[in-house]
Amino acid sequence: MIEFDQVTKSYTQRGARPGGPVHALHEVSLSVGESEIFGVVGESGSGKSTLLRMVNALELPSSGAITVNGVNLAALRPRDRRAQRRRIGMIFQQFNLLANKTVLANVALPLNLHQRLGGLAERGLGSRERPGADAPSADRAREMLDFVNMGAQASKHPAQLSGGEKQRVAIARALVNEPDILLCDEPTSSLDSQHTDEVMATLLRVRAEMGTSILLVSHELDVIRGACDRSAILESGRLTGIAEIARLQARESFESYSERARKYLEGDQE
Amino acid sequence: MNELAQRLGEYRGEIVTSIVETGAMLGWALLAAVLIGLPMGTGMYLARRGGPKERGWLYSGLNGFVNVVRSVPFLLFVVALIPFTRWAVGTSFGTTAAAVPLSFVAVALYARWVEQTLVDIPRDTVELADSLGANTFQLVTRFLYPEARSGLVLSMTTVTISMISYSTIMGVVGGGGVGDFAIRYGYQRYEYDIMYVTIAVIVVLVMLIQTFGTRLSMALDHRSR
Repeated sequence: MIEFDQVTKSYTQRGARPGGPVHALHEVSLSVGESEIFGVVGESGSGKSTLLRMVNALELPSSGAITVNGVNLAALRPRDRRAQRRRIGMIFQQFNLLANKTVLANVALPLNLHQRLGGLAERGLGSRERPGADAPSADRAREMLDFVNMGAQASKHPAQLSGGEKQRVAIARALVNEPDILLCDEPTSSLDSQHTDEVMATLLRVRAEMGTSILLVSHELDVIRGACDRSAILESGRLTGIAEIARLQARESFESYSERARKYLEGDQE
Repeated sequence: MNELAQRLGEYRGEIVTSIVETGAMLGWALLAAVLIGLPMGTGMYLARRGGPKERGWLYSGLNGFVNVVRSVPFLLFVVALIPFTRWAVGTSFGTTAAAVPLSFVAVALYARWVEQTLVDIPRDTVELADSLGANTFQLVTRFLYPEARSGLVLSMTTVTISMISYSTIMGVVGGGGVGDFAIRYGYQRYEYDIMYVTIAVIVVLVMLIQTFGTRLSMALDHRSR
């Protein structure tokens, strides 16, 4: 599904004194399978976000090749590359919801980018849209909001939501085009533990019900251990190993906050 | 006081005409600001160093234009532009001719405001657009403008108010307008009370425009609610 073959990414720093390039990634090879949740862990500056951003060609490799479903995005013309990107969902640490659009309009946005003719649907989805706007994209967006349990908040604006709710809306937006792959860039790093659990439970449901492959970048080891099948470990741009994660833990880690709190306080855990 | 009211009554026709002239000059200048200044400022934002579509030569050209127009003292600019104005609208005298230099300044001012407003949009918004496969036109119209709209409205309010101020000297090329009325009747005919009344009218007008702009901008802004 996703293949990295000897991928190196190096930068020459602007305005720096002449010297060697800085390697963000160095000869990384790995593969992510269908419906797999694959983690990437590492400290700040280890290159994990660069690795993620190379999957949808937001950054291009300096050498080596990345193929997604057999397609090398870096080799495509910009227009074809944009078309491929629409088939890969992505969520971000800071959610990146558009503040002036409603929750529903945010989720429908990727669908409306596809509509070459006129964007009629979006006109029914502006910040003052009527609930029940009849465009097909609105229906699909509502379906996804229901999937992440945010259907009741469709007409709100992002500033009215909690962090966890924002990230769930972002997940709905990333999935609205039915991508095969979901890229997650530190999706829980700015959330408290309760909201982290909500978001991670949602991601597990995404894989279970949609079969989406998920590439999850995080510095939070608990998050990786609780959700991933395998995880790459990066250090200073080099892949130092790929850990196989015991499947048993995946189901235990995202039980409800109150359940975990009770176990922890009663000394029933570890 | 009665005498003032009586004279104001006498000049009623000319006051109305001067308000219409100011309106016409502002209308052309603000139309130019939207049709040319908005794309120009957007181009500067996109092409600037570190911008989403960095193009050094394009940024230098647009930036140079804006700097030159804004740095020439306006009265000199109006005079220096006369050959161009004559070529563009067939005359260098009258309200339409006066709208030409005003439009140049409105375009340059608004372009700079648009650039600054777009720079304040979080870089993440551009990254989101890229990740969703948006092209440059979609980046601008579906992501940047909706997020920047309250700032764009406030900027336009500021430009409008500046243009009222600039328009008051357009009497030098026969542009007329409220400012020209105040100078001709208030200053040159020593009817200072007429001048103060006219200034008061302009102050009220500016306050109304600012209030409208601020309210509209707040209504469009959902970032903190």
